[in-house]
Amino acid sequence: MNTMILDAGNAAPAATGQVEQDTVETNIKVSETVGQPLCKDAKLSMRNVNVFYGETQAIHDVSLDIGRNEVVAMIGPSGCGKSTFLRCINRMNDTIESCRVEGDLTLDGEPIYGPKVDVVPLRARVGMVFQKPNPFPKTIYENVAYGPKIHGIASRRAELDEIVENSLRRAGLWDEVKDRLDKPGTGLSGGQQQRLCIARAIAVSPEVILMDEPCSALDPIATARIEELIDELRKNYTIAIVTHSMQQAARVSQRTAYFHLGHLVEVNDTETVFTNPQHELTEAYITGRFG
Amino acid sequence: MEMHFDQHISRQFNEDLESLKSEMLEMGGMVTRQVAEAVESLANADSELAEKVLRVEKEIDKREMDLDEHATLIIAKRQPAASDLRMVMSVIRIARDLERVGDEAAKIAKMAIALTEEGTAPRGYTEIRHIANAVRKMLNDALDAYTRFDVKAALDTLAEDEQVDMDYRSALREMITFMMEDPRSISRVMNVLWSLRSLERIGDHAKNICEQVVYLVEGADIRHGHEENLRKL
Repeated sequence: MNTMILDAGNAAPAATGQVEQDTVETNIKVSETVGQPLCKDAKLSMRNVNVFYGETQAIHDVSLDIGRNEVVAMIGPSGCGKSTFLRCINRMNDTIESCRVEGDLTLDGEPIYGPKVDVVPLRARVGMVFQKPNPFPKTIYENVAYGPKIHGIASRRAELDEIVENSLRRAGLWDEVKDRLDKPGTGLSGGQQQRLCIARAIAVSPEVILMDEPCSALDPIATARIEELIDELRKNYTIAIVTHSMQQAARVSQRTAYFHLGHLVEVNDTETVFTNPQHELTEAYITGRFG
Repeated sequence: MEMHFDQHISRQFNEDLESLKSEMLEMGGMVTRQVAEAVESLANADSELAEKVLRVEKEIDKREMDLDEHATLIIAKRQPAASDLRMVMSVIRIARDLERVGDEAAKIAKMAIALTEEGTAPRGYTEIRHIANAVRKMLNDALDAYTRFDVKAALDTLAEDEQVDMDYRSALREMITFMMEDPRSISRVMNVLWSLRSLERIGDHAKNICEQVVYLVEGADIRHGHEENLRKL
């Protein structure tokens, strides 16, 4: 594998969507990763991240930036560490006792793993959508209103009503559920439930949304709706998405990161990754060859 | 990066891509033969051979349509990416160029028939042979470079087109001078001129094929003089 050091000299500029990727001046060694893992004006910045489950190392020295209003897709075979890495970003791995995270992770320059960081507001800033839709066993309204209530974002009914309607509209679900807000969220179809979960995530006005295979349990039509939504959400949020569908990564993201056995092998504009990847492991994976 | 199209987890995908490539190369072989026979029919005033070229031309058109259909099916079924995608795209583009080479060969065959009817042209056969040999070699080398994924050979072959263009221009000047000196020969010399023009176009198509070799192997689109895209990599 190539080793490259990003500095003023050899970090090639690249235009990736709206993200400005001018020369990044840093002395950090991005070991083994080819392409452009770093970007200027990063919303999320992860440096030299190592993750261990007990004695086993799951992530090896991964450095990656995610720019403002950028969608970064993380792809790779099962067990490559992409979900583990995603879960570091809002400290979901804290819930696993044997899990240890090393490295510098910052959100807007503030450390995510600082000793004074309270994970509850952190997770309000960094929302998450999971593989299987998991609405609370409550009404559709309550599902969305729950977060704003416990985070003290809104208390009066009128405010809550507004947040619920806005969130459901943004999630593209309002027209389908406006007449049955008092019905249980679990009664919706799979695709609607997933959009409800997205509405629930955005109700607390997060800055970043993490998505862990959000469409793997959905049919193609529901998937297309979610993908459309991701594109819409990008205007206001920074999004990191883990997906097993290469076509989905190609469709929704501006940059794609390929993980392999806990290493970040390549990060490049999505266009490059799917037409002319730089690393042979990336090529082997996206074309379905023996890697 | 090395090019391997036989290492997919899906064996059927390996076979699909392999047969797409070999069908294209087979079409390339047919087209190269067409050019040779068209030129031969012209040089020897052999209208029977020219008629044969015109018959085979229809078969070549069909080959292009078959290749397109095959490539479309692969895209629909496999959603190829990276080198696989470039392989499919390059085959589609090359098939179009080959079909046009076939058209040019057919035009030459038609000129051969016209010349056997009107009487042979007084000039131009040496130039035709010379340029025909050059473009046939280019066509052969371009397809050979594709078979071997050989970018260097493709670039070398591509560069030969400049000489062909120069030879074409100089033959053109010579024919014009001759027609001015002997206006009675204009109609027949024009037939030779059209054939020269067709051969020059065949050189351009061979050049296009070379560009697709570079696209397939390096992922750089150097068409329309954008060689800098290759250097950027």
